[in-house]
Amino acid sequence: MTAFWQDPITFLRLWLENLLLFWGVPEGWVLVIRYTIGAVLLATAALLFVILQLWLERKLIGRLQDRLGPNRVGPWGLLQPIADVLKIFTKEHITPAGADRVPFNLAPVLSVAAALMVWAVVPFSATVFGAELNVGILYLLAVGAIGEIAIILAGWSSNNKYALLGALRTVAQLISYSVPMTLSALVPVMFSGSLNLNAITRAQEVWFLFLAPLPALIFLTASVAEVGRAPFDLPEAESELVAGYSVEYSGLKFGFFYVAEFLKAFTVSLIFAVLFLGGWRGPGAEAYPVLGFVYLFLKSSAVYLLMILLRGTLPRFRIDQVMDLNWKVFTPLALLLLMIIALVDYFLRGALPLVRVMVLLGVNALAYVILDRLLSSRERLRRQPVAQPVRPVARPENLINPSETGVAS
Amino acid sequence: MIPLSWYLTFSAVLFSIGLFTVLARRHAIVILMGIELMLNAVNINLLAFWHYWSQVRGAPQVNGMVFVAMVFVLAAAETAVALALIISAYRRHHTVVVDEMTLLKG
Amino acid sequence: MSILQWVFVVTAFLTVGAAVMMVASRRMMHAALWLAVALLGVGVIFITLEASFFAIVQLLVYIGAILILIVFAIMLTQRTDESGARLNAYAWAAAGIAGLIGAILAFTMAGWIIGSTALQELGSTFDAVLPLGQALVDAEGYAVPFEVASVLLLAALIGAVYIAFERKGERP
Repeated sequence: MTAFWQDPITFLRLWLENLLLFWGVPEGWVLVIRYTIGAVLLATAALLFVILQLWLERKLIGRLQDRLGPNRVGPWGLLQPIADVLKIFTKEHITPAGADRVPFNLAPVLSVAAALMVWAVVPFSATVFGAELNVGILYLLAVGAIGEIAIILAGWSSNNKYALLGALRTVAQLISYSVPMTLSALVPVMFSGSLNLNAITRAQEVWFLFLAPLPALIFLTASVAEVGRAPFDLPEAESELVAGYSVEYSGLKFGFFYVAEFLKAFTVSLIFAVLFLGGWRGPGAEAYPVLGFVYLFLKSSAVYLLMILLRGTLPRFRIDQVMDLNWKVFTPLALLLLMIIALVDYFLRGALPLVRVMVLLGVNALAYVILDRLLSSRERLRRQPVAQPVRPVARPENLINPSETGVAS
Repeated sequence: MIPLSWYLTFSAVLFSIGLFTVLARRHAIVILMGIELMLNAVNINLLAFWHYWSQVRGAPQVNGMVFVAMVFVLAAAETAVALALIISAYRRHHTVVVDEMTLLKG
Repeated sequence: MSILQWVFVVTAFLTVGAAVMMVASRRMMHAALWLAVALLGVGVIFITLEASFFAIVQLLVYIGAILILIVFAIMLTQRTDESGARLNAYAWAAAGIAGLIGAILAFTMAGWIIGSTALQELGSTFDAVLPLGQALVDAEGYAVPFEVASVLLLAALIGAVYIAFERKGERP
């Protein structure tokens, strides 16, 4: 039996199981109790984690925009999300006239459930995972379908044109981007020869990020689009659609959508860390599984931080640009890369790990250069306006002498 | 454990509900949903027989699974084409009720 | 009854109920949602058969693709529900035929000798996905049907786009 300080969660699980068996509970029921407790704990932990994550994101976005962010409630504004949650609890639930009640109330719950269901298969450490599914990646993709259904339900049952338009747009975006996402997720599957997430983690002697940087980039971009964050936040483009599918929701029901959005954002960084950054792997993680938690958390936090930076720096795409990027760049590129990497890796079967990494890196770099050339040649073909109006630039010196900026005085 | 006959009975019930939908409903999309139900009933049967056969042989048998995979492919292809047809018909006749599409009636 | 049997019975009744509600519902969107419940129920039945791969494919293909397509089609053909009767003139005959076929199927199949055997658990070392994948690309196995299926999917894709494409000036 492993010691408590090596792997506390497995220790506690075994202790509980033995206790229940000692009390004479039948084996099937022990399993049911164990899974129920695990699910409740995991879901609660994830939802509590979102509160911290909300604070972090608001604070960072505030810093990016030269503001302070939340700083009134608690030290450094740490209690601000809790205050927000309490406020949202007290708000009124409004069901719009003509809304379809059951789907309207079901949609927020399904939305959060779809985000939480992903956590069931993520391997948190060498020994701790919800379920060791041998089709883990397929499960991840399938659970996304439930989220799509929730969005359609929300948009349709609200009886609001903006909500319906937002829902249709969102689902179109989600379905389109799941194509390159799936194709690039196939690359780790190919390297490890398994659909099981834990097996994929174990296979990463070298992080798959170094073997396949371009598929990793496609996967990351597609998953940002999949969760509908800036720069892909068309689903709730405030200036175009009011707030998309969640426009008619208020109070706690809106809070559900809000939480689901943040939870999804962290979940995709978790998946990215598992697929491309070696999951729980790290020095000593095999012997001391509790370290796996720390590594996985650090890696996915780094990815999440990158997503916050993207959100803070990039402007929103137009809907045609989003579709253009997906169908004309990402999907063909992901397909081609899948084939090329499969072929190259097949010929490198017996090679040294270092040679393999170098050759695959070279292939990826070559593909990137060719892609860049192709894209920039397309850019040149695009019609340019004949006379560009000179636009004022807000610089300190221009404020003193505005005539130099070319603006008619 | 669960007897094989439970699965067979359940899939028979599901199949007949799907058949009734196809025969009796007037809306083209609901008819399509009925077809999906029938395909699902068939899949349950195929997988039940696959499980039974693997259990008899004591090793995984692939034939039943390949059948199920083919049914999935067919269902996806059929839905895509059928919905395209429905939308095309709706554009011309402004109806999706199959009783009202009577262009060939003299 | 064991836990697994309870799961089966509850899921089966839910699925059949959802299917009946699908037939009976007047609004198209409700029919689609009941269909979603029925499809999920079938997925759970797949899990009780230890075909978790197909349960997940069921979720991915049926809920993620087919149902969403159906919902899109419903939204593109709006203003058509709730007009006129749900059932056509031959609904009674249809009910008779469907009931008869269902009864024949159920009685004959339940009466088979193998029908009364209970399905055993296949064991935890049992991995069906690997042999399936190998059989699908094995030239001795099912490589040809697999390739034909991919051609079929491509043909369906192109055909669907061609049929539903709105040509300019065609709309009356």
